[in-house]
Amino acid sequence: MLHLILFSIFGLICIAGALNLLVQRHPINSALSLVVVMGSLAAEYLLLGAEFVAAIQVIVYAGAVMVLFIFVIMLLNAGEEERTRGSRVALLFGVPGMLIGSLLVAWVLLEHSGTHAVPPGALPGPPQTIGWLLFHDYLLPFEITSVLVLIAIMGAVVLASPPQSIQRSKKEG
Amino acid sequence: MVPLAYYLVLSGILFACGVTGFLIKRNIISIFLSIELMLNGVNLSFVAFAAQWKAFSGQVFVFFVMVVAAAEAAVGLAIIISVYRTRETLNVDRVNLLKL
Repeated sequence: MLHLILFSIFGLICIAGALNLLVQRHPINSALSLVVVMGSLAAEYLLLGAEFVAAIQVIVYAGAVMVLFIFVIMLLNAGEEERTRGSRVALLFGVPGMLIGSLLVAWVLLEHSGTHAVPPGALPGPPQTIGWLLFHDYLLPFEITSVLVLIAIMGAVVLASPPQSIQRSKKEG
Repeated sequence: MVPLAYYLVLSGILFACGVTGFLIKRNIISIFLSIELMLNGVNLSFVAFAAQWKAFSGQVFVFFVMVVAAAEAAVGLAIIISVYRTRETLNVDRVNLLKL
């Protein structure tokens, strides 16, 4: 019962943050409400027994990635976005269609999925087990990911450096 | 005891909010934040399924998703900076060089 109450509280915080992200016009407000969503998602991971994932969620996602976002928002001095008028077709068909579709999916999941309840802490996720999986069963994806990160770093440096500096280094090289 | 379906519905709601934000937002940074929201919704369903079937692979996949999201954020923000440098705007409606 306590588990269900905690799930509802953090789930409501999550949804409220997500809706606030949509409503806010200034990107910095959207970014901060995304931090709220990520924090309450970390609490949901704790309820599912995935302690290590929860820690990584707070450290990497809510910490590093969001700091990068907020840094760029402040660097570019992003102001409030201008609203454009939405198309009428989207209002007429999109909104009811999305509502019907999501209600259908929720109904199927809640009534016909045939899944059992997840007890609290069902999956004690010690970091050793995850590390063992990561370095044995998923060694190849892990190594490929390191190459991906290397390419991303180089791409970010090349894209973000001003054009003149690249031309100068081409002449020198 | 919370049924797995509740977690899946929550993850679906987060994903739908991300899709909606991706479609209605006009600021390129807000669009990026919506993509992150979608990735978070997917991560929640990964962890919920991992707890349901007592399989740790789900949690490992969450790490891969996070790494890809971090790489995507780095490259995407670099692209945003370079777009802002050339177009002097963050509004996606004004970035229309490839439009006919």
